[in-house]
Amino acid sequence: MSAAADDKPVLALRGVGFDYGAHRVLDGLDLEVARGELVVCVGPSGCGKSTLLGLLGGHLAPTRGTIDRVGQCRTIYQDGGLFPWLTVRDNLATGVPRTVPPDARAAKVTHWLEVIGLREFADHFPHQLSGGMRQRVELGRALAGETDLLLCDEPFSALDYQTRMKMRRELVTTLATTPRTVVFVTHDIEEAVQLADRVVVLGDRPTRIRTTLPLPLARPRLPAAPGVAQAEQTILDELGLS
Amino acid sequence: MRRVLLPLVTGGALLAIWAIASAADAFPTGTVPSPAEVARAFADALVSGELLEDAISSLYRVAWGFVGATITAVPLGLLIGRSLTTRAALLPWINFFRSLSPIAWIPFAIVWFGIGDPPAIFLIFIATFFQLVVATAAAAAAVPEVYYRVARDLGYDRNATLFDVTLNAILPQLLTALRIAIGVAWMVVVAAEMIAVQSGLGFLIGDARNGMRTDRVVVGMIAIGLIGIGLDLAFARLARHPSLRWGSAR
Repeated sequence: MSAAADDKPVLALRGVGFDYGAHRVLDGLDLEVARGELVVCVGPSGCGKSTLLGLLGGHLAPTRGTIDRVGQCRTIYQDGGLFPWLTVRDNLATGVPRTVPPDARAAKVTHWLEVIGLREFADHFPHQLSGGMRQRVELGRALAGETDLLLCDEPFSALDYQTRMKMRRELVTTLATTPRTVVFVTHDIEEAVQLADRVVVLGDRPTRIRTTLPLPLARPRLPAAPGVAQAEQTILDELGLS
Repeated sequence: MRRVLLPLVTGGALLAIWAIASAADAFPTGTVPSPAEVARAFADALVSGELLEDAISSLYRVAWGFVGATITAVPLGLLIGRSLTTRAALLPWINFFRSLSPIAWIPFAIVWFGIGDPPAIFLIFIATFFQLVVATAAAAAAVPEVYYRVARDLGYDRNATLFDVTLNAILPQLLTALRIAIGVAWMVVVAAEMIAVQSGLGFLIGDARNGMRTDRVVVGMIAIGLIGIGLDLAFARLARHPSLRWGSAR
């Protein structure tokens, strides 16, 4: 890929707004996401985070403004995004592009089974897995393709606290070896600070961007690490919650 | 063990009550045959090959009517389930016809198809088709939207979405609907065979009634009931396939 293509933002929103009927959900959103960046959008419940991801993923069309996206995009959902009639192995295989020949496909699936640590569960069905395991399969499936942009719709919010912490760490480690551009939405401020290169704080409806906060902090970002508590406080202030 | 033994115990108890009541002359003469009379008639029908032939005739008609209804109703149900326009245009009429008892179609079955297998097959088709359309449509309309979003992300085309997503997603409910429909088809074949054919378990019962042979009527009923159980078990077994178990695991 040329340097010029690398410089171009993977995602660019200009004046984006979205209405459900007469109800204005999102308004005046301007945002650029650079290649390899991990942007976390954080906002209160009901502020339109899932709608925003629907727009970014191309599943909804903006009422106003434009969205430019480069390359392929995949979304990881909170729960239930896996095909329940397929085994872990077959779910992962659906993530590999259809043009890949069978041998290479099987090799890729085996690779991703290793990465997500579910080799022994390859022939299990999603309903036989724990919530954390299911989200790992979702992550593996999304990354098994030539995905340029990974969208995450509160993927860990249905998990228990310990699993959630573990999954955040795994996401960061996996992205370190398989770099992708990521937009992650969550209502969880701690999660935002642990993951993000940059946090986008969203306000109440009609939702606009209140502020963006670059987070050049070292990883892993444990709660006691320098700068983490301060970043969380800044976001709380922005949301008017302090 | 309990699933095999317990039904045998309850069945044995019912048989015993029936035998005791018969021995005590509890039923007016000619109204209820004794278990011994039925057993004799059953053995006769079995040995002469008549019972097997009638069962095969009935199964043949049910198979045609049921398979015909399934291969036409499922695509139509998918269309109605996934397209709001088609649903608005057709669903009220599907429900209209679904409410009609298949018995009401008997005059037309004879006028249109004459005698022999076709009118009976037609009645079985009518009895199951509209039910299956509605069940398929309801299942297809309830497929979670997230599967379609994932399919789009994964680059599925229209065909892949239909066959790999929608059909798989509705399969557990579809199997339940088919299980109910095969039961209905099996009930209707008896009525269908009483009108325009000279074979089948329905004919056996009708013929026995004309000859006042209540023992043979019961033989027909027992055969119908046992085959009904067998058909139901076959569909229940299908639904336990590992790739379908998610439907009942949630």
